[in-house]
Amino acid sequence: MKPGISLTNDPKRLAYLYIFPALLVMALVIVGPFLYNLVVSFSNMNLMNFRDWKLTGIDNYLEVFTDRYFWYFFFKTILWTVLNVTVHVAFGIFLAILMNQYLVGKNIFRILIILPWAVPQYITALTWRGMFNYEYGAINLILETLGMGPVQWLGSEWGAFFAALMTNIWLGIPFMMIVALGGLQSIPNDLYEAAEIDGASKWFQFWNITLPLLRPVMVPAITLGVIWTFNNFNVVWLVSDGGKPSDSTHILVSWVYKVGLNYFRIGYAAAFSMVIFGLLLIFGWNYIKRTRGTESVYE
Amino acid sequence: MKKSPREASLGGKIFTYAFLTLFVLWSIYPILNVITVSLRPGDLLWSKDLSIIPENWTLDAYYQLLFDKPFMRWLWNSMLVSFTVTLTGVALASTAGYAFSRYKFRGKETAMIGMIVTQMFPVTMLLLPLFIMLIKMGLYDTYIGLIIAYSATALPFCVWQMKGYYDTIPKSLEEAAAIDGCSQWMTFYRIVLPLAAPALVITALFSFMSAWSEYLVAAVLIQDTTMFTLPLGLKSFQSNFATEWGLYAAAALFVSLPVVVLFMALSRYLVSGLTLGGVKE
Repeated sequence: MKPGISLTNDPKRLAYLYIFPALLVMALVIVGPFLYNLVVSFSNMNLMNFRDWKLTGIDNYLEVFTDRYFWYFFFKTILWTVLNVTVHVAFGIFLAILMNQYLVGKNIFRILIILPWAVPQYITALTWRGMFNYEYGAINLILETLGMGPVQWLGSEWGAFFAALMTNIWLGIPFMMIVALGGLQSIPNDLYEAAEIDGASKWFQFWNITLPLLRPVMVPAITLGVIWTFNNFNVVWLVSDGGKPSDSTHILVSWVYKVGLNYFRIGYAAAFSMVIFGLLLIFGWNYIKRTRGTESVYE
Repeated sequence: MKKSPREASLGGKIFTYAFLTLFVLWSIYPILNVITVSLRPGDLLWSKDLSIIPENWTLDAYYQLLFDKPFMRWLWNSMLVSFTVTLTGVALASTAGYAFSRYKFRGKETAMIGMIVTQMFPVTMLLLPLFIMLIKMGLYDTYIGLIIAYSATALPFCVWQMKGYYDTIPKSLEEAAAIDGCSQWMTFYRIVLPLAAPALVITALFSFMSAWSEYLVAAVLIQDTTMFTLPLGLKSFQSNFATEWGLYAAAALFVSLPVVVLFMALSRYLVSGLTLGGVKE
């Protein structure tokens, strides 16, 4: 800090000094690759012309939008995201309401319910893959003891989709529950007391007090949930072991991974990534604006 | 607990406990299943038995894991990478977060928003270029490549987390220190940083956990089995599904236990950090 007497006392300079190391790392690992990806997305780079690639304009983007795989996996991704997030939120809020009352052993319930969130995601995915094994997996064994036939979970397209879906539902509920519980605890009890005096039913209270007041807490969490689920590579890839059977169990991110890092159609995969990013950016724009909104409140 | 109108009826109570119990069973069953598999004797790995503690249970899988397999090597790799990432993460996020909290400067808004935007990147967006760049730089199959990648990906969350915490520390403390003749750096280092200890702990643990549990980046950047981190090692057990399922189960428990404990202790803070202030409204 020697040459810094004048340097460190100029607040602007000092701010840049504090940020510089973090920015440097982010520039190298995030901004750099992002720009590189952008350039490559307009090129014909693949395994054959890895060194002598050239720019080819918007060809890759046109190809993405005319590729039937794109549309197929796009709709699958939408289905995947909607199913997951709906179940996460519905169960999350429901569990939070149950937990937000006087209960014996509340902490034990809380800990056990959060458990799925705490387990590393790749372990969850690999474990559920084992549980969906046709002959020896716990799911089929349980079905058999209930007198139902074994199901070819991982061998069929929608079976594998279902397996991935169950896995992700399992691991996603706790987050929504914790967020909803936090929100519930901030709703003043008088509101319910007043409603009770006015003779409002529990159902009415739920729709007119609980849900509207949970909204400010749930909206950012749901936005985040959609982004995570839309981009959830780990679960889909590890449960289906890379999209098995025959590349049918994919969502957009796992498919673009396969195209880019297994088939090395690099330019095409780069454009594909940009398209996925664009979709999420459009979706998440409100969320970004909101966080900027809170930003100005603090200043 | 005072008796309020929200106190449930008897029927409601029974329903609550029944539902929560069922839900807990669903939450812990996969974990119990892993315990079961890890305790099975080798010749019964493919058992159709559904009991939680298998007949003739044994710790063979654990023994094999620790002494016959390169598990210790993977553990070492993972620890080395995760601790380095933690140190880097804390150093970078504690300073950058402070600047974002206290100073006004050009590009501040853009940088803050840029960090949220990175959360929308699909995995391949950075991984593909990073893969190509690291190969060109000769950093493929090295710890450094992994460490750089992990430090950067955990950083946006850590910076937001730190900034949020600094925002809650009153500025008057720093002003008082300035009057007493403290330089700005001393004020930060001696006064603000110790006060931000809780946020530092969370940032450290978050960085650690994200590196400890990361599979995909490692799968792309590491090929050599002696360089494997734990997630890669565990996945490799699973590809020999038939013979090494018990090993996988034992390793999974081993690896998850510390993270699960940490996570439980932290879950509350992680949520407020993740929803980026939304919860505070």
